[in-house]
Amino acid sequence: MMDELLYSSPSLTNTLIFFGLGASLLMMVLGFVTYAILAERKVMGFMQLRIGPNRVGGPFGLLQTVADVLKLLLKEDTIPKAADRPLFMLAPVIAFAPAFMVLAVIPFSESLRFSDIGIGLLYYIAISGISTIGVLMGGWASNNKYALLGGMRSAAQMISYEVPLVMSVIGVILLTGSLNLIQIVEAQENIAFLFVQPLAFVIFMITSVAELNRTPFDLPEAESELVAGYHVEYSGFRWAFFMLSEYVYLFAMASITTIVFLGGWNPIPYLEFIPGVIWFALKFSLIVFFLIWLRATLPRLRADQLMSFGWKVLLPLALLNIFISAVIKEIWF
Amino acid sequence: MIRTEEMLLNVGPQHPSTHGVFRIVLKIDGEIIKEATPVIGYLHRGTEKLAEDLQYTQIIPYTDRMDYLSAMTNNYILCHAVETMMDMEIPERAEYLRVLVMELGRIASHLVWFGTYLLDIGALSPFLYAFREREMIINLLNEISGARLTFNYMRVGGVKWDAPEGWIEKVEEFIPHMRKELAGYHDLVSGNEIFLNRVRGVGKYTKQEALSYSLSGANLRCTGMDWDLRKREPYSIYDRFDFDVPVFEGGDAWSRYKCRMAEIEESLKIVEQAVEQFPKEGEIMAKVPRIIKPPAGETYVRIESPRGEIGCYIASQGKKEPYRLKFRRPSFYNLQILPKLLQGENIANLITILGGIDIVLGEVDG
Repeated sequence: MMDELLYSSPSLTNTLIFFGLGASLLMMVLGFVTYAILAERKVMGFMQLRIGPNRVGGPFGLLQTVADVLKLLLKEDTIPKAADRPLFMLAPVIAFAPAFMVLAVIPFSESLRFSDIGIGLLYYIAISGISTIGVLMGGWASNNKYALLGGMRSAAQMISYEVPLVMSVIGVILLTGSLNLIQIVEAQENIAFLFVQPLAFVIFMITSVAELNRTPFDLPEAESELVAGYHVEYSGFRWAFFMLSEYVYLFAMASITTIVFLGGWNPIPYLEFIPGVIWFALKFSLIVFFLIWLRATLPRLRADQLMSFGWKVLLPLALLNIFISAVIKEIWF
Repeated sequence: MIRTEEMLLNVGPQHPSTHGVFRIVLKIDGEIIKEATPVIGYLHRGTEKLAEDLQYTQIIPYTDRMDYLSAMTNNYILCHAVETMMDMEIPERAEYLRVLVMELGRIASHLVWFGTYLLDIGALSPFLYAFREREMIINLLNEISGARLTFNYMRVGGVKWDAPEGWIEKVEEFIPHMRKELAGYHDLVSGNEIFLNRVRGVGKYTKQEALSYSLSGANLRCTGMDWDLRKREPYSIYDRFDFDVPVFEGGDAWSRYKCRMAEIEESLKIVEQAVEQFPKEGEIMAKVPRIIKPPAGETYVRIESPRGEIGCYIASQGKKEPYRLKFRRPSFYNLQILPKLLQGENIANLITILGGIDIVLGEVDG
């Protein structure tokens, strides 16, 4: 259906349909964010012998995040006197907009997708890199030393980990011969790239955790060191924007991992009767759970260790993986 | 050429990892610390001065508030000093109760350290696991003294309350549980590669430096110096127990960690033996005059608290109040090496090093 719409002539009906679909995707993502935060708190509560949210919205705290968001909306929006006002206000938007832009290319099943551009994977990686600017901008504009340190750490970390992240998917691109996400999923009809490219998968998982700024790579906002890092001066809804972009990236990153390495909506053999969307959701949830699990288990790396790990370990391994993939492709395909 | 400049960063007194109201002013170049100046005194309450107007029994609650993570040893040091001056004989049962609560307190204190240290390094869960076990200890101490943190349990000549019925059995049940959970901590944390990378070789100093900075406790034993007052100058009834003093050679944060974790095990050994030997019957208070008046003169005693060597100096003029009271507070002395250790380190290591020293601000500021 999307293809027809995309190639049809622009008209009022089409615009409205597009708008409606976009809004429904937005709602879906926001719904995910709402419940991902709740799930994170619940799962971490379970792992840490706590109960987690259990007051607002029944015994499972189903409305806890909604209440939190409402509270954030009502909070006073403070801007420090010494802050660079325009940049301070722009930063959350720059951090947040790309998080939603990347969702455009993610296919959730054969038919459930928005745009189908040929360079989907490249688009994803390129756009997601923009968020760093927002983080760095926020850190700088706050005119706070902790925020500045957080912003600097974030910039260094993103640049260092973007490189192995891109390198690790090159193996997959080589084997598929396409940057199109749908073709990548279709290439995994028989076997998921997780088994074909295990090294790439490990590198991709590590770097994606670093890209998401989650434990053990949560240095930009290291609470015990930098208090809150780059968003220390933000409050109310501006702060919520940073948090929102973080969780939308969680959504996007888990989706892209599912697509590139876990075979997207491809079912496990003999279970083909279950629809693709459900397969996608299952694999996706597994990744999200894994990321939450990491957060409850691991301590944080130090900035210099993070750098040397990225450049000295992950990058050479990613290059090695490209080499091996090329050799395999040359011999077998 | 980019023009760079040094930045003055004020860490604390409100900061998540300063363990209270400690403040440190850093001169940093990027993330590298050029100079560190600790500023203390935000929690100063003048305990020593206040004590000059108080009777000896009235001072005991004030000692609770110095090292609030192990108030039992603080209670003991004051009572011990007065008892030494008055040459008092303490009933057997009271001594056992004192050792039991002090060692339980030591375990609780090390558990808090373990949890908060890992929290500083960025791991969230060990904190809650450690507090689960600490809660059991706190409940035990609550049962015997009526308070969870500031116990005010000991008196000159003995202890205030006898163990309630079934208390000793509860302590006995706690020991195997704690051992099991301790093994779990080691599984979760001690072998974690990230944790090892964070603590190994960080905040290193030699035995000579430790001695010249007057460090004590695990901060000294991590350099290979075998110094534990429970063994060296046995006070109370510590000579009756068979336990080892964990000593490690490294002198870094990792050795300090290992030292404290091993001390929990040793304390469990002591508790186990104390429970076995616990006298069935007996007094819990010695015959003490209604108004305590130590003879004129001065005395200094020292014992091993979880944080190091805690001492108490009393100058008495034979009155019911001390003429001068002075505590050697181990956290204060241990903190002195901090500026030296921080030179050239980065901010992440600041947290690791400060956490590794194990300070309690109530004790630093007095």
